[in-house]
Amino acid sequence: MDLNFTPQEEQFGTEVRAFLAEKLPERLSGKVASGKHLSKQDMQAWHAILNERGWLANHWPQEYGGPGWSAIEKFIFENECALANAPRVVPFGVNMLGPVLIKYGNEAQQRYWLPRILDGSDWWCQGYSEPGAGSDLAAVQTSAVRGIDADGEHYIVNGQKTWTTLGQYANMIFCLVRTNREAKKQAGISFLLIDMNSPGVDVRPIITLDGEHEVNEVFFTDVRVPLENLVGEENHGWTCAKYLLTYERTNIAGVGFSVAALARLKQVAATQTRNGKPLLEDPAFALRLARVEIDLENMKTTNLRVIAAVAGGGVPGAESSMLKIRGTEIRQEILSLTRRAMGVYARPFSQDMLDGDYTGPQFGPDFAAAATAHYFNNRKLSIFGGSNEIQKNIISKMILGL
Amino acid sequence: MNFEHTEERRMLADSLNRFIAERYDVETRNRIAATEQGFSTEMWQQFSELGVIGALVREEDGGYGGAGFDIAVVFEALGRGLVLEPLLGSAVLAAECISSTGNVAQKEVLEQIVSAATIIAFAHDEPGAHYELARVGTTARRDGDGFVLDGNKAVVLAGDQAGLFVVSARTAGNVDAEAGISLFLVPRDAPGLHVLGTPTMDGGRVAELTLAGVRVGADALLGDEGQGYATLERAVGRGILALCAEALGAMEAAKAATLDYLRTRKQFGVPIGSFQALQHRMADLLLEIEQARSAVINAAAVLDGDRLTRERALSAAKASIGRIGALVAEECIQLHGGIGMTWELPMAHFAKRLVMIDHQLGDEDHHLARYIALGRQPVPA
Repeated sequence: MDLNFTPQEEQFGTEVRAFLAEKLPERLSGKVASGKHLSKQDMQAWHAILNERGWLANHWPQEYGGPGWSAIEKFIFENECALANAPRVVPFGVNMLGPVLIKYGNEAQQRYWLPRILDGSDWWCQGYSEPGAGSDLAAVQTSAVRGIDADGEHYIVNGQKTWTTLGQYANMIFCLVRTNREAKKQAGISFLLIDMNSPGVDVRPIITLDGEHEVNEVFFTDVRVPLENLVGEENHGWTCAKYLLTYERTNIAGVGFSVAALARLKQVAATQTRNGKPLLEDPAFALRLARVEIDLENMKTTNLRVIAAVAGGGVPGAESSMLKIRGTEIRQEILSLTRRAMGVYARPFSQDMLDGDYTGPQFGPDFAAAATAHYFNNRKLSIFGGSNEIQKNIISKMILGL
Repeated sequence: MNFEHTEERRMLADSLNRFIAERYDVETRNRIAATEQGFSTEMWQQFSELGVIGALVREEDGGYGGAGFDIAVVFEALGRGLVLEPLLGSAVLAAECISSTGNVAQKEVLEQIVSAATIIAFAHDEPGAHYELARVGTTARRDGDGFVLDGNKAVVLAGDQAGLFVVSARTAGNVDAEAGISLFLVPRDAPGLHVLGTPTMDGGRVAELTLAGVRVGADALLGDEGQGYATLERAVGRGILALCAEALGAMEAAKAATLDYLRTRKQFGVPIGSFQALQHRMADLLLEIEQARSAVINAAAVLDGDRLTRERALSAAKASIGRIGALVAEECIQLHGGIGMTWELPMAHFAKRLVMIDHQLGDEDHHLARYIALGRQPVPA
């Protein structure tokens, strides 16, 4: 048993920190640190910086433009980025579609789409969930039917996707569509790439409870899609879907984000006072803080244990469900305590207070408006990416054999 | 033993519940919340005509209620509607300060509170006080036969709509001393009073107050100089009961919406309410909400009792509501899944209000600590 990183891994961490110190613009890390919204341009700028270094697509094999990192190195990188308040990599193209194309796409698809993911030519979004297909993802109803007209054969897509994160910025969407209504559930699904600028695609915002526009509904009405946009075999899209979900679950523990959020919480608790003393010294608050800090220390090791088990390559299986459940609970508790620390100033809020260029009055301490908004917004963590209830089903079935 | 409300209170609750069901749906409520004023003058008037404001005020002050169970009945109904109008700040907190210590001339304004002719704001919390009732840094120094007030007040309910403020200020003692706090009536147009309003996460508006050399006459002093703490405690106690009852109403509404969703939302071919894992969580919510109801009853029953019994029951209730309110909010969102995260869903607004109630008049931790501290004091025979 040795809990230390190897000298090579330590060296890698140093290299990542030096890169972040040099290349991460303060304009971006400042927004992340103060809980402000990032613009599309902000996210694109960070992608370009990572791509220049060859560190954007860190799950891709080297021959496709990935850095060839081990699971431990990926962990170190993601951890350091979170600690430095780097923007998150928008995962849909880089971390989700990319690996699917590499595994199941044909050569033409790989040659065309992969470089465009790296250089930012395309902004991808995810067309998985539907109003009737959430936890029960295989219940997708959006249909793709082959049709022939003067321009040749193509798919005609009709239906609706929902919870499409950042779909308002996307020009491309990868979708699970039903190509066979006769087949049982999973069997009739295909994986299709759709141009968002096609006639018949309609994106409508969903406003979340904190007033933010982050997710969307996407409607498809007789949308023509070229046959060459099918990834893998027709009616075998579920294989792609499942493979993609395993990548969705990498870094699902979000340990780096929790560590950064905990540091901010401690900063807040050191400056907010109760009975004239910092909240850090308040027995009740200190107890809550200690509990979540201990949970996080434990989670760091649980996370590394899972990563080490698959260090030979690949991605974790059912064990990632543990990381998802406890990792999101820890993040939510840290955000809850940060809100709690704001006292009466947790309430004043309007969406524009989180704009990067907001110059209006501030109510209460730094981060007060962001604290409550983040707390509510991140209730999503235990819902999306397979709800924590679904993860418990997976543990019950796959690990416990019940 | 009888846990039924009096017929009069049941009738009031019925008519208020009916009004809210017919006229104050969540969509209407959110439209009102988005206005510049943050509440509806018309609705405010309607609440007055329905007798809702009067029910919170004692008979000798122009109302016809003011007992613990009056507050509980009214605010539970208001909680079911997420009502935005300034009943808590004006008709409970400020009104109680004036009612319990005001002289005849000062009390004249109470009638205007009941008739919805004026709004009086309760300006007590300060930046950095973190719910400590005695922590008052705002000062009032004698100047001729009047006073000059300097300081800041935080997150004042309906602060930017009020015509008059009850302001706590220190006339003697250390910043955290119970002795030496005085209460003043300060008109909105007093020179040196600056009011900065803002919307909130859960609807309704609040304001920051800056008092810079605000001069008031001797007739602005409410009650005896330096003796304001006991009044604050009484007023805030009534406010705590109101918030707890409001939370109870919001919990019942969130629970009903979630139960309905579990029965109708289908995944894997069946209603999700057929899954035992979700059934047990819903059962837990029911159990917790019943406990919260008992906490409200316990507090309402002793609102006019001796200080220690009253304050312990109030802190017990607020601590219970703080924990249970957040639990109900988080569970109801989670049980809904993605749709529970949306603005469009009324339940989400109940959830937000439930969490934010823990940030008013002392949170769970504050009241747990206070409950422990009060328990160390000898109970009067």
